[in-house]
Amino acid sequence: MGLIQLGRHDKDGAPDVITGSLEKAVNWARKGSLWPMTFGLACCAIEMMAAVSSRYDMDRFGAGVFRGSPRQSDLMIVAGTVCRRMAPVIRKIYDQMPEPKYVISMGSCATSGNIYDSYSVVQGVDRFVPVDIYVPGCPPTPEALFDGILKLQERIMQKRVFVSQPNEVKANFKI
Amino acid sequence: MHQMAQRIQDEFPAGFVGATEWRGDVAVTVTRDALHSIAEFLRHEPGMDFDYIVHVSSVDWPDDEERFEVVWEFYSIRKRRRIRLKTRVPESDCIVDSLTDLWRGADFMEREVYDMMGIRFRNHPDLRRILMPDDYTEGYPLRKDFPLRGKGWRDTFEFLDEVPQ
Repeated sequence: MGLIQLGRHDKDGAPDVITGSLEKAVNWARKGSLWPMTFGLACCAIEMMAAVSSRYDMDRFGAGVFRGSPRQSDLMIVAGTVCRRMAPVIRKIYDQMPEPKYVISMGSCATSGNIYDSYSVVQGVDRFVPVDIYVPGCPPTPEALFDGILKLQERIMQKRVFVSQPNEVKANFKI
Repeated sequence: MHQMAQRIQDEFPAGFVGATEWRGDVAVTVTRDALHSIAEFLRHEPGMDFDYIVHVSSVDWPDDEERFEVVWEFYSIRKRRRIRLKTRVPESDCIVDSLTDLWRGADFMEREVYDMMGIRFRNHPDLRRILMPDDYTEGYPLRKDFPLRGKGWRDTFEFLDEVPQ
């Protein structure tokens, strides 16, 4: 189950039939068309922009269509220092994104607060949104961000599509 | 003493406290009561003509009797020179005159000083917090006795629901 098998045509042996599970096909479509939310908060956003532009070309992995609206996106790349005053905005934007949705915490600041152990900086964005992938670095290079996206795509391929998630995962409870 | 500082001392002998000059930077310390009239003098006197406000900031000296120091920086675009004005404020009576009637640009910068240090500005048109949220209750973060990690606000997320038991 789940493996894509190649069938051979009886007469000339050309591969004209592909069999596999529907779940695999759906996941394959989802991972190949990640639409990120434009969400740069600090200097990490510069590397994120570099990752999208021509030299690095994030579109090769199907994740180049940055949207300005959370309703059109399914991946939130939290790039930069998360101030406490920004936290309710980030949560609201996350709640507005349609399912299925994924979060990448890009850089040390979004992951842990980095050196900013101060009164106004949230010590990790995972305190109020569930994070799928953490990308280390200060800031991470575009290659590191690509590694995070490829890891996320591997995770998407392992997701169950036709099994509903328990409610605790979906609701915005305190973590 | 620099010519500009001398001029201020001649015009306001009661309000003048002291003046320093270091590598061309002129800083004049004045009393709190004379602050507004001296600022008006800097703004409108043709020989001074400081038409641009660069910055308003404040310093906390926790061991001093008059704990806070408010600092204004002015620049004259026509005469290409700058001057720094300082005044001291005690913690018990934490208020100075606003200079927004002379320089409209002082508005946001005075709000920032109020937000971070808790110094109020008399006759300011809209004295609210500017960086921190309006309902922030932990005090004034830039004061020396404010804990570096705050008082718990950064770790409370009231917009999340409680987990049902």
